[in-house]
Amino acid sequence: MSEELHDVRLVVNGVPHDLGVPARRLLSDALRHDLGLTGTHVGCEHGVCGSCTVLLDGTPVRSCLLLAVTVSGSEVTTVEGLTNADGSLGPVQQAFKDCHGLQCGFCTPGFLTTITAGLRDNPCPTHDEAKEMIAGNLCRCTGYQNIVSAVERAAELIAGEGESP
Amino acid sequence: MKPAPFAYARPTDLAAAVEALAGSTNAKVLAGGQSLVPLLSMRLAAPALLVDINRLPGLDHVTSDASGVRVGALARHAAVLADEEAHRVQPLLAMALANVAHATIRNRGTTVGSLVHADAAAEMPVVLALLGGSVDVVGPGGRRTVAGDALFLGPLESSLAHDEIAVEAFFPALAEGSGVAFREVARRHGDYALCGVAVLVRLEDRRIVEARAGYLSVSDLPTVVDLAPALAGGGPEVPSDRALEAAGELALAALDPQGDIHATAAYRAQLVRVLTGRTLRAAYDDARRRTEQP
Repeated sequence: MSEELHDVRLVVNGVPHDLGVPARRLLSDALRHDLGLTGTHVGCEHGVCGSCTVLLDGTPVRSCLLLAVTVSGSEVTTVEGLTNADGSLGPVQQAFKDCHGLQCGFCTPGFLTTITAGLRDNPCPTHDEAKEMIAGNLCRCTGYQNIVSAVERAAELIAGEGESP
Repeated sequence: MKPAPFAYARPTDLAAAVEALAGSTNAKVLAGGQSLVPLLSMRLAAPALLVDINRLPGLDHVTSDASGVRVGALARHAAVLADEEAHRVQPLLAMALANVAHATIRNRGTTVGSLVHADAAAEMPVVLALLGGSVDVVGPGGRRTVAGDALFLGPLESSLAHDEIAVEAFFPALAEGSGVAFREVARRHGDYALCGVAVLVRLEDRRIVEARAGYLSVSDLPTVVDLAPALAGGGPEVPSDRALEAAGELALAALDPQGDIHATAAYRAQLVRVLTGRTLRAAYDDARRRTEQP
């Protein structure tokens, strides 16, 4: 017996997609397998590592802890949606490059989405707030120092964008 | 791993949700799913049917009045944590919620879901039991109220029937002259606690006359211990170090710390001793602050 498919509509990075997926399809797998958006990385697949974090209607969530079918109708922002309209790096991405905030890069998409939402809610974080912002994401390479620096650098870049003509 | 196949229902009213649940003895309710989905993915749970309640109307409220805080089944932890009125009426809620996983998990996970998941390592079941709260559930026979101390039967086992849905939790307000505190030790911030303690005290004339503590991760069930006997008798207003130590030993007699890969039983027992004293003292200070600067 083949599995029943459910109609799921996701607006991913502004583009609407209509899918037919089994109820057990994780949002992370819908993004990667069904939509080919492999920027969202799946590390632990049980909510611990934070690599798969995406923005669901603007709010950071673990895409491996959501069924695609339950969030049908939602807007999803993945790391692919964080670049500027002209394809250049968005401010959080640029900050990671400036501060050497990644080495292997596997965890980076989850950090970028988390920090994007974090700086929207708190545009001028203190050093401790910057650390707290990323406390739910694991990185095995960097030791976090440069990632915390990147949070603070991204805040500067975003503030600078607001001032430019 | 990936979840095993299951049938899926997404009702848009409560009666239909209860009906869907009643149609299967192997169904699970999906709210936030932050505990359920990992269990599905690891195939520790393989229900035949998932009843998704996220489209049910009128269940995402956090409402407070003089009697306490009512939390709907679809209110996310983050919404409860951010609710200033709830914080004013029962400050223990926010103290404990700040320790529930990470912000990203709290954005999706629900407080009521955490209660009926009945994990003895979770914060909110202990808070409900300590405060003497309750959960309202709806089944084919209508709505009933389950007291906090009757909700937890065993590890990950609540007293809800298979065709009942928890719709609202009630956390009583902090009474006058009372204070609360919450402390836990985890290997990393946001991880499951190795031991956690919530304390509720009531003062009369600056002395503790009632003191209870709730414990997580050191027994099979969220466990509440009456600490007042350790503080009985004269002594100074502020509980002495000796009284705080006695409270820790009293608590330990009612608990059963187990060893696992994260901590030995002896270390967990030591955490009970230390955290009981610290949290009791913090709750006392909290009560003094509230009574002296209302």
